[in-house]
Amino acid sequence: MVHWSAEEKQLIASVWAKVSVEECGAEALARLLIVYPWTQRFFDNFGNLSSPTAIIGNPKVRAHGKKVLTSFGEAIKNLDNIKGTYSKLSELHCEKLHVDPENFRLLGDILVIVLASHFGREFTPACQFAWQKLVGVVAHALAHKYH
Amino acid sequence: MTLTQAEKAAVVTIWAKVATQADAIGAESLERLFMSYPPTKTYFPHFDLSQGSAQLRGHGSKVMNAIGEAVKHIDDIRGALAKLSELHAYILRVDPVNFKLLSHCILCSVAARYPSDFTPEVHAAWDKFLSSVSSVLTEKYR
Repeated sequence: MVHWSAEEKQLIASVWAKVSVEECGAEALARLLIVYPWTQRFFDNFGNLSSPTAIIGNPKVRAHGKKVLTSFGEAIKNLDNIKGTYSKLSELHCEKLHVDPENFRLLGDILVIVLASHFGREFTPACQFAWQKLVGVVAHALAHKYH
Repeated sequence: MTLTQAEKAAVVTIWAKVATQADAIGAESLERLFMSYPPTKTYFPHFDLSQGSAQLRGHGSKVMNAIGEAVKHIDDIRGALAKLSELHAYILRVDPVNFKLLSHCILCSVAARYPSDFTPEVHAAWDKFLSSVSSVLTEKYR
């Protein structure tokens, strides 16, 4: 079980309270597909991903980004049992989706950058530390059931 | 990995803004690095790493100056950073994994200060550029 200090919980909660899950989720996924184009391999059925503009405007990207970040919200609600929270999703990503767990780390880092751009000075180094810990724990949990 | 003309242009344009706060951004990036990735501190046992320390600011400036050189000579990063490449290979020997971590922290600092300029395209170009710089700095390791 991961230990979260009171400060870490507060830093995560205070940022999360101001996050638009739909906007941040869409932006994070779009940036993942733009900055690391090879990640597009998992989204053949998403339609037009031919340019940054196409990706940003793609409704499937937006919808899926929102789905992914909504799931993050579940982790934040259950900080003391992230592994349990993601158990089924981990199996899904391994057995059905066949996603290399490295991609969870890439998306986690992109999310941190998106938060930095949205929150500016408020996203202090201490804040970044708490969020890097969170995205790392989420990535680890999503990879946990891989076999 | 070569940068396209558009990517080079994106790097150069943002650099003009970043350069005006290079020292502060350098120090902030290192602060983010040491806080989020504590093992990176092992390379600086001789430093005062407290926030705002003179050594932190000095080293941040050094790093950003080198990046500035790479931007100035973006068509020949290898040539511009040849000496630094040797320094890292034979003297400093910083494990290659750490360049990715510092690059990420630099991107966070730039994104936090210039959110409207840090579009996805600019983000992609900078990620690629810093990756190129990192490659050059580690290419003589073995």
